[in-house]
Amino acid sequence: MPKIKIPKSSPSIDMTPMVDLAFLLVTFFMLSASFRSSEPVEVDVPSSISDKIIPENVLLVSIDKGGRVFFNMSDPEARRELVTNMIGKYKINLTQEQIDKFTYMTTFGCTMQELPQYLDLDAEKRKSVNTKGIPLDSLNNQLQDWIYYGNIAALNTGKTNYEEAKLNGEAPEMNDFKPKFILRVDGKAVYVHAQNVINVFRDLKLNNLNFVTSMEMAPL
Amino acid sequence: MADMGEGGSGGGHDKGKKRAKKSSTRVDMTPMVDLAFLLLTFFVLTSTFSKPKVMSMVYPAKPDPLDLTKPPKINNAITFLVTEDKLFYYTGQYYSVPTGDKPATVLEETNFGPKGVRKLLADLNKSVLRGKEGLDKQLENKEIQDSTYLRKLIDLKKEKEALKVLIKTDDKATCKNFIDLVDELKIAEIGVIAPVDILASELELLKSKIK
Repeated sequence: MPKIKIPKSSPSIDMTPMVDLAFLLVTFFMLSASFRSSEPVEVDVPSSISDKIIPENVLLVSIDKGGRVFFNMSDPEARRELVTNMIGKYKINLTQEQIDKFTYMTTFGCTMQELPQYLDLDAEKRKSVNTKGIPLDSLNNQLQDWIYYGNIAALNTGKTNYEEAKLNGEAPEMNDFKPKFILRVDGKAVYVHAQNVINVFRDLKLNNLNFVTSMEMAPL
Repeated sequence: MADMGEGGSGGGHDKGKKRAKKSSTRVDMTPMVDLAFLLLTFFVLTSTFSKPKVMSMVYPAKPDPLDLTKPPKINNAITFLVTEDKLFYYTGQYYSVPTGDKPATVLEETNFGPKGVRKLLADLNKSVLRGKEGLDKQLENKEIQDSTYLRKLIDLKKEKEALKVLIKTDDKATCKNFIDLVDELKIAEIGVIAPVDILASELELLKSKIK
């Protein structure tokens, strides 16, 4: 009886195409990735159909689930100016090192009095430390000062950037360089908390606010 | 998988003669592949693709206490009262007690779904939506420019027939409720959105309705 011979094939497979693909994907993700900066506060934003991308020069106020208020600003130069004005106003001493730390920090939420200790912590510990957020009651409205001086500082750096763009021969719009005010509220936070913050903005005659939202499909 | 190096290259033993061992031209790629996939997984998990989006809101300026001129009377307005995951509304002026020939205001309930508030707004803001449809068609047929389209749309939203919306929230409403509602208003092309403080009598009415 003739036996059917199964041709012996090597058990190893040519992996080259797979490797090619894997590296292609790695390269793609590496180049397209923008990393999430680690934030000391978790905010789960609601969704909307808006497709406006978050602007460049911003003052950002975050409100977490429990209603704690956090502040952030995008421009490092403006942050330096802001903190210098703030320690002047609240008569708090910061070392040069602490000011540098503030300049390159992300979101923070503590009172002015706690600020020096807060700055001495490293980034990981800041996450776990339990702050009460920035106070904004009418007797001790520190948020108002942060926004007021932040606005001035961001306007100044915006103006410098505008002049620079003009010198480079572009045709810049002044409005693009003005600071925008962004509210990042947690969907589960009670609206009254957001309203308090909004009222601080309105007291400063800053009525044009933006809410951070995640994108959802618009109905047809 | 690991013994890729052996494949194919004829390694016959020649008796007697000493030969330098022919090393295979193929390299074991497994560790490299492992690493590639490790990196791939890392980048897939850590990357954030979409930049966050923003929804802009213009709040009414705080009234100047020295300014004694009365606020303009709003016609064609609807007021939404938002509480935790529930939505109520009334149209026109608010009357806590019957005034003249107008009965006291009664709250109507609706919801955040497409059949609730979206349908309601589409009905009430018909003139603007219809006007927008016309403009859309003109834009599609290239009869008007983009900038003209935007300008006309803004004018359309400011028209007298356009619906104006006031939003009042109680102390239980969440930010999600508020943003969902504003989102619906943007879908319905409402031009004037004003979040205002709730009146005490309205709050009472709302509370009685929730129970």
